[in-house]
Amino acid sequence: MPITEADIEKIAQLAHLEITDDERRLFAPQISEIVTYVEQLNAIDTTAVEPALGGLTPEGEQTVSSRRDEVQPSLGQELALEQAPDPAAGHFRVPKVLG
Amino acid sequence: MKSISNLRDGIVRGETTARAATESALNAAEKLNDSLNAFLEIDRAGALNRAAQVDAQSEKTDLPLAGVPFAIKDNICVRGMQTSCGSRILGPYHPPYNATVIDRLIAAGSVIIGKTNCDEFAMGSSNENSAFGPVKNPWDLSRVPGGSSGGSAAAVAAGIVPVALGSDTGGSVRQPAALCGVIGLKPTYGRVSRYGLVAFGSSLDQIGVLAGEVSDAAAVLQVIAGRDSSDATTADVPVPDYSAELNEDVKGLRIGVSRVLLGKGVHPEVRAAIEKSIEAYRDLGAEIVDVDLPHAKYAIAVYYIIATAEASSNLARFDGVRYGFRAKDAPALKEMYRKTRDEGFGPEVKRRIMLGTYVLSHGYYDAYYLKAQQVRTLLRQDFTRAFEKCDAVLTPTTPTPAFLFGEKVDDPLAMYLNDIYTVTANLAGVPGISVPCGLSSDGLPIGLQLLGPYWSEARLLRLAHAYQTARPLNARPRVFA
Repeated sequence: MPITEADIEKIAQLAHLEITDDERRLFAPQISEIVTYVEQLNAIDTTAVEPALGGLTPEGEQTVSSRRDEVQPSLGQELALEQAPDPAAGHFRVPKVLG
Repeated sequence: MKSISNLRDGIVRGETTARAATESALNAAEKLNDSLNAFLEIDRAGALNRAAQVDAQSEKTDLPLAGVPFAIKDNICVRGMQTSCGSRILGPYHPPYNATVIDRLIAAGSVIIGKTNCDEFAMGSSNENSAFGPVKNPWDLSRVPGGSSGGSAAAVAAGIVPVALGSDTGGSVRQPAALCGVIGLKPTYGRVSRYGLVAFGSSLDQIGVLAGEVSDAAAVLQVIAGRDSSDATTADVPVPDYSAELNEDVKGLRIGVSRVLLGKGVHPEVRAAIEKSIEAYRDLGAEIVDVDLPHAKYAIAVYYIIATAEASSNLARFDGVRYGFRAKDAPALKEMYRKTRDEGFGPEVKRRIMLGTYVLSHGYYDAYYLKAQQVRTLLRQDFTRAFEKCDAVLTPTTPTPAFLFGEKVDDPLAMYLNDIYTVTANLAGVPGISVPCGLSSDGLPIGLQLLGPYWSEARLLRLAHAYQTARPLNARPRVFA
């Protein structure tokens, strides 16, 4: 299915990406070509095939990953905030949410 | 470069020191980085400190990697060093914790000398997608080292370090290993913890090893393999002794070859090298059997739906709030997200996020994502059936030797087709290893790939070791420490 520049704009919005006009012109034919390529899968009959969700092996599926609900040591506030671009008073500060 | 067992034994016996081994690796890394661009960070002070700690330890016999210098792909978290993922969006990020594999390497006595360059967020097959310039192939500086773990592959190939870690989502350890003439091992999905590896495609990602020698890859896997409560996908499967059967012969083992996979699209010199390696295995006593992987031809299509879908979700976390880069002059939150991601991500990452967003979007999910997961099931069944007839499947690792910079950069689909032989292992979750099997007429390395059933790393290592012992490459890259 061909992907138009308008489609690219819509997808970029969904993905929280700002796209320049140049990028829109570049991406539309490239993504169209890739989508057309992957559409070769339509030729395969998969009506009775279960989807493989996730990558686990049978042994991985059987591994129990739950643990007792007990408090464990964690990073702590100071370390967790250390890499933030704009930390403030023990929080992550962001620009205003509502316009 | 000495093998790690020689190096480590010398250090344990006191014939040499971790400091000497570390200094020699640091010197080589610093000297060669101008030409190779393999390292994004070289931590001289930290590495020498760490080496001094190892030297100060009176009893080193319990340290399987005592004093072994290591390079780590820059998408695996090491405390005290940067983690950039080859991207601008992580800005000056320095992770406050170690990946589980790093804790294990350190506990085993190894010394991390630096972080290696890679395609941005491990998305690429040539290293041309690094925001910090591509790594150069040590065999020919005008050619790509492969990707995405190109820095780790080049660092090992150039003799800077004996071993390095990479990550493999669709071939990112095996493909650069092949193009740089080193060993590249991708373990079974769930064999090695990904805690502290920056996620790309969570149902595909696996940390892998790049090494000069198969025995070294085995020694490293021994240290990093096993269950980790911080990564729920690690499986509760015993870790065997990977070195125990390395020297056993391969007589009677059955190697499966798919003639279809050696057909169209394979460079004639790659095909010739693979045919020779099949003969070499026959000479070693292995039995060669025909296998069929009828859905392998759809693997790239399946992979680029699943991997981009997972990436679009995983990369949503890079929004300029909790870490990394934040765009300036964005007065409102949504605008800040969009500007940060626009300025922080490179074109290939944007392309994949958009493709992934598209295939997951309302109205298209069944047609693309669900369909791809169904074909993934068929591909897994192909492997199950193939492994009823053989112990390992042999293919080329890549369709061509290393290509020139710029050759495929404007054609994303052509670039994706480099991964035709490697993505199948990630989709099926099986382990794979790339072994150098010859040089092209231009003197470029060619790799053969062996894929095995789940948890068959020991057997793959044995097959690889037998090949490397019988047919060593006997050549060095132009750029070498």
